[in-house]
Amino acid sequence: MDSKLATTFSKPQSIKRRVRELKELVIRIILFICAASSVLITFGVVWTLLKEAFPFFMEVSVKNFLTDKEWTPLFENPQYGIFNLICGTFLTTAIALSVAIPLGTITAVFLSEYMSNRYREILKPILELLAAVPTVVYGYFALLFVTPLLQKIYPDLSSFNALSAGLVMGVMIIPYVSSLSEDAMRAVPVHLREGSLALGASNLQTSFKVIIPSAFSGIASAYVLGISRALGETMVVAIAAGLQPKISLNPLESTQTLTAYIVQVSQGDLPHGSIGYKTIYVAGVVLLFFTLIFNLIGLRIRSKMEIKFK
Amino acid sequence: MKQQVEKLKRQDSVFWIVGLLTLAFALITLLSLIVDMAMTGWPRISSEFFMNFPSRFPEKAGILSAWVGSLCVVFVTAFLAIPLGIASGVYLEEYSKKNIWTKIIEVNILNLAGIPSITYGLMALGFFVYHLKLGQSIITAGMTLGLLVLPIIIVTTREAIRTIPAHIREASYSLGATKWQTTWNHILPYSSGGILTGVVIALSRAIGETAPLITVGALTFIAFLPTAPVMATPPYVSAQWLLDPYTVMPIQMFNWVSRPQEEFHVNAAAAGLVLLSMTLILNATAIFIRYRFRKKYKW
Repeated sequence: MDSKLATTFSKPQSIKRRVRELKELVIRIILFICAASSVLITFGVVWTLLKEAFPFFMEVSVKNFLTDKEWTPLFENPQYGIFNLICGTFLTTAIALSVAIPLGTITAVFLSEYMSNRYREILKPILELLAAVPTVVYGYFALLFVTPLLQKIYPDLSSFNALSAGLVMGVMIIPYVSSLSEDAMRAVPVHLREGSLALGASNLQTSFKVIIPSAFSGIASAYVLGISRALGETMVVAIAAGLQPKISLNPLESTQTLTAYIVQVSQGDLPHGSIGYKTIYVAGVVLLFFTLIFNLIGLRIRSKMEIKFK
Repeated sequence: MKQQVEKLKRQDSVFWIVGLLTLAFALITLLSLIVDMAMTGWPRISSEFFMNFPSRFPEKAGILSAWVGSLCVVFVTAFLAIPLGIASGVYLEEYSKKNIWTKIIEVNILNLAGIPSITYGLMALGFFVYHLKLGQSIITAGMTLGLLVLPIIIVTTREAIRTIPAHIREASYSLGATKWQTTWNHILPYSSGGILTGVVIALSRAIGETAPLITVGALTFIAFLPTAPVMATPPYVSAQWLLDPYTVMPIQMFNWVSRPQEEFHVNAAAAGLVLLSMTLILNATAIFIRYRFRKKYKW
């Protein structure tokens, strides 16, 4: 019996076991390298953007960059007022959020508190299809369906305008807002819900006075995700919002966002090191700066939520 | 008292209607997008449309180079992102210890998922196109999109692995299996449904992505196909196609949308219809896989 066991189980110092342990170690190292490569990617993105954007400031002073009245880097008398592009970006983002935040929140409350499990299982994937449609298709929709529709209401709406791009973008990010908010609401412990209902509160009162406040950090991080989506969205604004950077908050006129500027310039001939090449990296760095700020806010809120519910 | 109860009930039913209308608004928007595109684009859909190259004459233009290009690019994307993504997900769930490095990697992946897609394009232009001198080629595009969808695959792999209860692992270890044997023989097969869902969603995202490819300089007028990967004479296989210029479906569509002529908008609608069908079919597949596997494994 003893000798039999000795043959079926390898000794710790046997070659077979050594080989196996080595193999385990190699696999662990390979897997670690794969996981760590994502850090390299982030580093690569930030480093490349900064490296390519830096020479821009050898030619243009920071003062011009921040205070010029217009953004016309490719014209005869170039002006580099970045706020023209930032203004367009925030204008379309604000329009998108004024659609996505109310509608997304209502949808989340409705799906989480008013729908039975069965209907929710069907409706949620369908709603998420909104986020699966390619953005270039949304651009087509904004330019050739929504704008003509809006022109029937405001006849002097220009055919490229911030309004229709923003509205379509808003519908596009409804699922981002609603899915995360709904997850947060459903993570609220059932006893809170039952306690409120047992005190005689209606479903609506429970939703808005108990569920939403308790899930607020989750909902807020959903909003933040929506904001960073809207800031970085490219094709809808490049197709439907026009190509005229300007400091104006009029949604009926055309405008240009940071992303749309990058697309416009990249379409043409773009030699390495030309002023056009440098400006798209500057626009990219500014965009990355804003989205990273919002991402970090979102992460902070989310980790607070995790502590709260532990 | 009774009045107040009545009032609350009334408010509740008003919100019910508001909720239903909101949901209906979102779904009607989706529906009108599909219907509008189908009505405009359907007459252009024919076998010639799939087999013709782009052209200056809208009625002769087709999407042959675009859909072939899309397939090639997505192939490279899948080849890069699937192994890398699954390996990272497995490491983070099964191997990593809770320490500062793991925390950094996790925060970093969440951050990557939040970076606008166009910044990946800028990175690829500076690094792949000019630094590695890969040019405006299929491999550049595939790698760019591969990095872009990597976080999606990592996150879904982790979620899929997390649903496997600890006793499965413990049973495997108690029989003397090593960590990798447990992972390979148990964890990966049981989570394959969730992982596959993530992969399909990532690829559908890659097919529809436009902005980063415009930045790396995808051309819009390509009247030839990439070099065939197999040929009749030695050495029989060739990787030349990886370095060929290309165009993809969404870029072709963007090109047609941006033209002023009405006829090209019809082409754009037809291309959009094809693109939309591809992504919706992929997403439906993902939902179906998720549903099947949820039924198969009940812990």
